[in-house]
Amino acid sequence: MSFLELEALGKAYGGVDVLQGISINLSRGEILGIIGPTGSGKTTLLRLVNLLEAPSSGSIRLDGIALNDLPEKEKLSARRRMAMVFQKPVMFKGSVQENVSYGLKIRGKKDQKIVRSALEAVNLSGYQSRDASSLSGGEIQRVALARALVLQPEILLLDEPTANLDPKSAAAIDSIIQSLAGQSTLVILATHNMLQCKRLASRVAVLMKGRMVAVGEPEEVFDLGQEQLDIAVPW
Amino acid sequence: MEEIWSGLLQAFELIITLDPEVVGITARSLYISLASVFLSSLIDIPLGAMIESREFWGKRGIISLIHTLYSLPTVTVGLLVYLILSRNGPLGSLEILYTPAGMILGQMILITPIMIGLTISALGEVSPQVKDTAKSLGASELQIMITTINEVRSAMLAAVLLGFGRALSEVGVAMMIGGNIRGYTRVLTTAISLETSMGNLELSMALGIILLSISLLVNLAMNRLQGR
Ligand SMILES: Nc1ncnc2c1ncn2[C@@H]1O[C@H](COP(=O)(O)OP(=O)(O)OP(=O)(O)O)[C@@H](O)[C@H]1O
Ligand SMILES: [Mg+2]
Repeated sequence: MSFLELEALGKAYGGVDVLQGISINLSRGEILGIIGPTGSGKTTLLRLVNLLEAPSSGSIRLDGIALNDLPEKEKLSARRRMAMVFQKPVMFKGSVQENVSYGLKIRGKKDQKIVRSALEAVNLSGYQSRDASSLSGGEIQRVALARALVLQPEILLLDEPTANLDPKSAAAIDSIIQSLAGQSTLVILATHNMLQCKRLASRVAVLMKGRMVAVGEPEEVFDLGQEQLDIAVPW
Repeated sequence: MEEIWSGLLQAFELIITLDPEVVGITARSLYISLASVFLSSLIDIPLGAMIESREFWGKRGIISLIHTLYSLPTVTVGLLVYLILSRNGPLGSLEILYTPAGMILGQMILITPIMIGLTISALGEVSPQVKDTAKSLGASELQIMITTINEVRSAMLAAVLLGFGRALSEVGVAMMIGGNIRGYTRVLTTAISLETSMGNLELSMALGIILLSISLLVNLAMNRLQGR
């Protein structure tokens, strides 16, 4: 039994399949890179794993327990073992501090220290009292990551976490991702960026039109035949 | 003209000297309307949030019905609540007809459509991404609701103020359910109407000035909130 098992997962919107037959077993400490052109279903897959959306078919098992059959209350506790950073993160009204501590507060936990060190990790120390509505796009993205990091999730779902960032901030986030995996967090990272995938991922899954057309170690996947790479290059 | 001027002067005198009758009526008015807006907020805000956040058959119909009821004539609500509270009505055994409690209930019913309707439209402004973010950070359904309400807190406060203003300035329920009993259920609006008909213009004007000032303050506060 693997830590997280996706089995024949599918999702349709209004009769149109956007994900089909996604099966993969994942362990703690892995970094799975999901790569694929726009509209291939990366975000949808992360949303299914985060239980924000119900799959149309297939199952998601965490520690062997099928999550989607659970009553809402137990779905909530499963969801509380994960955290997701959205492709276009939004801030709640209030300060950076209030945003970053949100997940802790609703769990009834208090920890100023962890908020401070999470902000430090994303290079935003001293931002606590800033009004979140005054942040730049790149700062929002990093605060959103800090907001997920404070929860010390067992599964971290990242949707294009470095798309809006300059190389220096992106590199800082890459190293956060690496060190999390070292602490046995399962990281699932959706990205267009093949280089980032190659650098970080322990395994890569290639999505094409909702299907997983290749899975494997980065070297295997990226050294596919020229024919496959031709499909892979356009993004 | 002469009469109005001297009446106005006497009215100001009543206010400035804190005439016990004037103070008593004002305090009762504030108490009853604040109580009704407070209690109806407790029920209507969560109810509005629930209607807004769920998809169910007939949702649009319910929302447009609520909008229609915004302009519910106060006397119809008065009549309805009278029928409910009268001796043979469904809540007759409570014996709260002609009491402040009855008036509070009546005003709650009167402002319920506005409170629910404004809650729904305020929460509709919150982007679905905010709810998703809260949910993915581990918020329960109730916590998501609280977070969403907090996102539009000034609009929610404006809704509460509007409800308060409507409760404070209505006559129908106060007259028909309260009965305008002196020192017990007599409030600003019913007192003004009675004193005017009895020719006590200085007292009516004093009460009128107070009612107008409170309404102005409420409107001022509401405008400031909506500017945000
Ligand atoms: N709520 C929805 N209703 C209808 N269609 C949807 C919905 N969400 C996503 N889709 C469709 O599903 C497909 C996959 O979308 P998804 O957002 O998962 O792609 P993606 O791989 O994340 O793309 P990108 O790289 O542009 O972020 C798209 O065709 C999209 O239009
Ligand atoms: Mg996407």
